[in-house]
Amino acid sequence: MREFGYRRVSDVATAVAVLDAEPHARFLGGGTNLVDLMKTGVERPALLIDVRELPLDRIESTEGGGLRIGATVTNSDLAAHPEVRRRYPALTQAVLAGASGQLRNMATVGGNLLQRTRCGYFADVNKPCNKRVPGSGCPAVEGEHHNHAILGASGHCVAVHPSDMGVALTAFDAAVSYESADGPGELPLAEFYLPVGDTPHLETALPPGALITGVTLPAAPVAARSRYRKVRERASYAFAIGSIAAALDVRDGVVRDARLAFGAVASRPWRARAAEEVLVGAPADATTFAAAADAELAAAKPLPRNGYKVTLMHNLVVSELTALAEGVAR
Amino acid sequence: MAPSTSSAITLNINGEKFTLTVDHRTTLLDALRERLDLTGTKKGCDQGQCGACTVLLDGRRAVSCLQLAVAAEGREITTIEGVAEGERLHPVQQAFLDLDGFQCGYCTPGQICSAVAVIQEHAAGWPSAVTDDVRPEAGPPPLTDDEIRERMSGNLCRCGAYVSIVQAVARAAASEEQDKGAAA
Repeated sequence: MREFGYRRVSDVATAVAVLDAEPHARFLGGGTNLVDLMKTGVERPALLIDVRELPLDRIESTEGGGLRIGATVTNSDLAAHPEVRRRYPALTQAVLAGASGQLRNMATVGGNLLQRTRCGYFADVNKPCNKRVPGSGCPAVEGEHHNHAILGASGHCVAVHPSDMGVALTAFDAAVSYESADGPGELPLAEFYLPVGDTPHLETALPPGALITGVTLPAAPVAARSRYRKVRERASYAFAIGSIAAALDVRDGVVRDARLAFGAVASRPWRARAAEEVLVGAPADATTFAAAADAELAAAKPLPRNGYKVTLMHNLVVSELTALAEGVAR
Repeated sequence: MAPSTSSAITLNINGEKFTLTVDHRTTLLDALRERLDLTGTKKGCDQGQCGACTVLLDGRRAVSCLQLAVAAEGREITTIEGVAEGERLHPVQQAFLDLDGFQCGYCTPGQICSAVAVIQEHAAGWPSAVTDDVRPEAGPPPLTDDEIRERMSGNLCRCGAYVSIVQAVARAAASEEQDKGAAA
């Protein structure tokens, strides 16, 4: 591991100023991804700015009936919060589906959004990777890609975003707040992650030197009836091969409102707007749910060894929407 | 000027203060084992995937292999050496002994530290990924074997002593519940 300086900061302005003065610095939250990547040499910061003690550890109701979640709130505290469990149960389920109890106690909301892909080629500094070394190539396209993207990828990178939390936040139209040397700003999560294109090393639309300060969830009555379901290669403590956050409001047999987002299928949490358009106003039945899944997955471009994900996501859409329509709690 | 790459820090471990100078690259795990002779905490994968290095930070379980020692300054650290009360074993330790919750024993300190926290998290009403209804109105889920397995899934045991580990955690949770009832 490269040697590095360490500075603990207690206010946002100092955090941003220190980073502004040292471009090779990284913010340290829980460190569950960053420290791991530093051990393997993928990340080589000259300075760590420890932001864990910043006063950003609160979850508060907004005037509009939503929630504002501070960037240093831990995954555990987010999942256990009564208002999250009451208003956005799929968010609690998504967070609890990720990692382990130990890691959820360490990991933070801001860090979760900025975690890196678990693609094996990205993690191995002896292999080419366009995300790690732009222009070096993507061995996953021809190689080991059974858990890679089926939506929104390019020939330059087929890695998937690993977050569970981000999938639920995307379904519920969260916005990311940040502070930079130029002042505060906000980005809808839908615009937070950049399309892959030919620049997979550019992952977010955050301005250089910006610190995530929090995430705001708007009021979403439909989210009170929501579910998160994650499929993985073992029962617990593994990344998804496919996941879904779903919310459904049905009145008199007709879908009034619906939210759908997919995980582990793209370089970012994938909002399934084409599916939502099919759902709203249609009868809440298996035919509609299957048509919604087909509408979203029509754009899928599976690789030779991950075509199973198209079927998997189709079945997840139908089963989760069916469960919500039938009033199953989870 | 390049920033200093080491710091003099004071760590609060099991109620005792330890002052040492660490290279910033030092994990809490390596500081405990290599610098402070607290070798009860074990190094398994060293990448946050096995749970052998689990300790408690401010009462909450964490993997010490991904925790930088310098960033642990100011926090209350509890290791396996600190969970007993003097000569009296923690109920989780006693249950692991009574029910044979291990074979080779390498993962055991991490299992026990994790289980101590699992029981507290459950008592605080935290749901898990296998909880049927996470809404607060549903109340805390009963600590079934499925709940224990899910909550303990961050601790791997390559001997496969899981059956006894689940029994030990269940018994320790029940005995703590009983103690609380007796005290009330």
